Order: sequence, then C-alpha cells, then structure tokens
Amino acid sequence: MVSEIISGFLQAINLIITLNPEILRITLLSLEISLSSTFLSALLSIPLGSIIYYHEFFGKRFIINMVQTLYALPTVLAGLLLFLLLSNAGPLGFLGLLFTPQGMILAQMILVMPLITGFTISALSGVDRDMKIIVTSLGATKLQSIFTLIREVRFAILAAVILGFGRAISEVGAAMIIGGNIRGVFNYSGTRVLTTAISLETSQGDFALAIALGIILLGVAVLVNFGLNLVQEGSVWKSYTSS
Amino acid sequence: MSETVIKAESLSKQYEGKDILRNISFSIDRGEIFGLIGPSGSGKSTLIRLLDLLEMPAGGTLSILGKDALASHSRFDLRNRMALLNQKPVIFSRSVYDNIALGMKYRKKSNQDIKDSVHDVLGVIGLEGYGNRIARTLSGGEAQRVALARSIVTRPEILFLDEPTANLDPHSTKKIEELVLEINREYNTTIVLSTHDMLQGQKLATRIGVILDGKILQIGTTNEIFHKPATTNIALFVGVENVFPGTITASRNGEVTIDIQGMIVQAVADLAEGYKVDVLFRAEDVTIHLEEISKTSARNIFRGKIKSLIPTGPFVNVIIDCGQDINALVTISSAEELGLSFGKPVWISIKATAVHVISDS
Repeated sequence: MVSEIISGFLQAINLIITLNPEILRITLLSLEISLSSTFLSALLSIPLGSIIYYHEFFGKRFIINMVQTLYALPTVLAGLLLFLLLSNAGPLGFLGLLFTPQGMILAQMILVMPLITGFTISALSGVDRDMKIIVTSLGATKLQSIFTLIREVRFAILAAVILGFGRAISEVGAAMIIGGNIRGVFNYSGTRVLTTAISLETSQGDFALAIALGIILLGVAVLVNFGLNLVQEGSVWKSYTSS
Repeated sequence: MSETVIKAESLSKQYEGKDILRNISFSIDRGEIFGLIGPSGSGKSTLIRLLDLLEMPAGGTLSILGKDALASHSRFDLRNRMALLNQKPVIFSRSVYDNIALGMKYRKKSNQDIKDSVHDVLGVIGLEGYGNRIARTLSGGEAQRVALARSIVTRPEILFLDEPTANLDPHSTKKIEELVLEINREYNTTIVLSTHDMLQGQKLATRIGVILDGKILQIGTTNEIFHKPATTNIALFVGVENVFPGTITASRNGEVTIDIQGMIVQAVADLAEGYKVDVLFRAEDVTIHLEEISKTSARNIFRGKIKSLIPTGPFVNVIIDCGQDINALVTISSAEELGLSFGKPVWISIKATAVHVISDS
C-alpha cells in the first residue's frame, strides 16, 4: 500500500505538470461553480444579514439561531432537499436544473449563504455601541450608516466569504446528488468536479488520479486564500494612502 | 438679547423601569459653554444623548434651535446642525482624512469642499500632515483630537462633549480644553460639556448644572456652585472640605449664630432660631494665625492644635482640631513661613461671609 501511495503521488505530479486535459477540465469547472456560488451568496447574504441586523421584528432571535444552525447543514441533506425540488416531478422541475452546473451552484449557495449571512450579523453586532451612536450623530441616513458599519467590519465579512468558498469547493454530497458526477466530453462541461472525481477514482482504485485531484484541490484552496488575503492587505494599504 | 438654543422642560428617561433622568429643566443660550457636572452614573451621558436626539425621552418637552426637537420630522435636520464627541474616541478603520471627512460625505459635500475643510480643521487641531495616517495608529490624545475635528468640520451650531478628557493624560487634556475654548470663541459654537471634574467645569464653563442621581440640583456660575452649593450633597461633590451639622441658636438682621456641638459659628443667613442646618466652608477660606486675634461678628476665631499636614501639589491641607476637625488649605511656602508642624497650637479665622448655611429641611 505504501508503494502504491508513493507511485500514486509521483504519477499525480506527472499528471499535473503535463496539464492533463481531463484534470484541467475538472479543475476549471470546480472553480467556476464554487466561485460563482460564493460570489452570488455574498451578493445576497451581506445585504440580507444587514437587513436582519438592522430591524427588530418578532422571531429575529429564532431566525438568527436557524441561520447559525444551518452552518452545520449536512451537504448531502442540502443535496437531497434540492434534488426533491429540482427533480422532474418536483415543484421546480420545470427549470431543468438537475444534473447541471447551475443546479450545483444553487446547491452550494444553500450551504454558503447561512455562513455569510450569520457572520455578517455577528460582525455588525460586534461593532462598538459608541460607534453606532457617533455615526448617527454625524448625520448619516439609515443607508449611509449601514454602509459605514459594513465597511468597518469588512475584514470579518471577507473572512466569512473565504470560509464560504472553502465550504463550497470542498463539499461533495450536494455536488454528487445535484450534479451527478457526469464526465464532460468535447464542448459539454459535464458536472464532474474535484471532489466528486476524487470520490469516484478512489472507489475505482485509481489512486494516482485521486491524489492528483486532491493536490489540486488543496492548491486551489491555498491560491484563493492567498488571493483574498492580498485583497485584504490591499485595502489596508489603500486606507494608508487614500486621501 | 441672547437667543435660547436649547430649552428642556421636565425631561425624564427610564431604562428597564429605573429612573435615569427625572424632571430635567434648563435652557442654554447661543455661544454658552454649559457644564454638566456630576459623578459617574448620574445620568450625564444619557442627558447628552437625549439632547443630541439620539434617544427619545420618556416625558417632557425639548426645543432645539427654535424647533420642537421631539417631533420626528425635525430630528434628522436638527441632528445635522449638532455634533457629539464621546469620552472614548470613536475611530474608524480608515485614514485620518477619511475619519474627519465622514460627516461631510454624509452631507454629500463636494470633494473639493471636503478637502479644504479637512485641511483647515487638521490645522486647527494641530495635526497637519496626518491626513494619510491610519487613524487607529494614533495615540489616545491624537485620536480624541481627530474625533473632535470630525465633529467640528461640519460647523455644528451646538457641540456636545461627553467627558471628552476622562481617558486622557494631562497634556492631551490641556490641548483638548484649549481647543474647546478656541472653537467656542472662533465659531460662537454653543457647547454642552459633561464632566465629573469640577476644575474642568470651572476652567471651561460659563454656567454649570450639577446633576446628581438623574436630577439637576443646581444651575449657576462656577462661583455660585463652589461657594453657595444648594445642597450638602452638591457641597460634598464639589469638594467643600468643611461640612458640619448644627443648630441655629440666634438670628438677627440676616446674621445667625450656629452651635456645632459646642463650637459657635457666626454666619450670614436668613434662617430663624431653632433650625437644623449644615454649615459649610471651603478650606481655602480658613486662615491660620500663630497668635490670638480679636474676634468680631464678621469673623469666627477658633483655637486648636494641628492634627495633620497633607501635602497636595503646591498646597498643604492642614487639619486643625478645634473641637471639630477643620480643614485649611495653605501654600507650601506659607506653611513653612508659619512653621506649621504636628501638635502646634494655632488660631484660625473664617469670615462670616465665607460660611455657607444650608437648611436641613
């Protein structure tokens, strides 16, 4: 087994260096789906979190608790629920999203949105009370005040986005159920992503391919995190120099 | 005739069923520096938040700049004509420039306008060239000056300062105090300043309201508050060192004689015989003599022995046992001149006009 791991590792590196087209296709599709789902989730969840934070309504505490519970929503369960909705007989079957990358994006959004929404709420709740008072006293309208505070907690929200991307690219349950792990051919992208491919190759005993995909998965995570950290540092730097 | 900019009548506020402010009434004229003085927890900050229209009172009326400040349609506009500085400097994670510009951006001023104003105000607070610094890297004193700059850059007509120097070192405190006076002078800004520091109130305020337990107990000039406190509580808060309970034994032509457990004191007061009173006088109004001097109705003389000498800055607090412990304040040099030392017999004199009498009822 040990020799198998070593030879698998060497083959994996070879596959990556030679830019194996199958691996390239799977990697790009993974990135496309997970970046889209994270981006769309952020777009919806940051305003949603702000709205929940800024309004007092009956059941607010309950909603926040629910959102936080969904941090731990099992990915297969999200997949199952969405499958029931999207299947031909389901209420959203007419959309034809089952076994498509778009469907997978939707599935990942279900997993990522609670994270970004919840972290936006807690980041805003953590803002010093005096700061909220000063923002109001400076003459901010409600909207201006929300933007000021979101900008104030931008790093915490960015961290939530990074976390959300991590959950999206690493989950396998929903991608498998909604995507179906369909191999892409020619112009058809298929729905095979890094995680579902690793799962398949492992069960087939093709460890070299599985390890190669695993290395890429880790590498992608590292790169994206580096990229987001650069953005973070960039904005620190910008606040240094803007005037 | 001076214009009234703030008029509060019977304002009250509760939190969770507890009275924080009760029956607050006062008015402030344009260009005044009004000091709100009281210990921590007396309701100063709550009152300032009510006046800056950040919270609603539970009852009462409030008129600001001639408008009903409790009507929802006028609150936003009025708030835009006022500004607030907190005890703890609130600093946003941005440059100093962006921190100061915030209120002007909310008002959608042009970039050029903002640039000019921020530049000017950086000069006023003595932080020229600091615009590009990350505001969070500033020291506490600098941060408070930036926060002050942010509140004045929009040229507020009323500026609220809530314990603005409570967290600062003496040097930064002095700087802020100078700026407050300068802003008031330059722009005729009405300033409402809360502090627990009597001396700061005395330095800055034209009038003072003493707030204790959510009630304004006395409003007057610093001199009035210092020398004629309305209640014994105020006297203790403003640091009147000598407070004794006694009974009036004689009253004639506005002059009274008071018996403080055998110590007889003459004072000026319009109270009848038999009244229970508190007798107050400040330590600096007590004069120490080495020889006996003649007693008159205008002057109280007591003989006693020095019980202790407590140096406080350039002064010495001398406690003299005259039956009651009387606290006198003299400069270190006059203490040396007089050769004051423990156990030394001395005479003290207190002018009848310096003795303040508060009726117990």
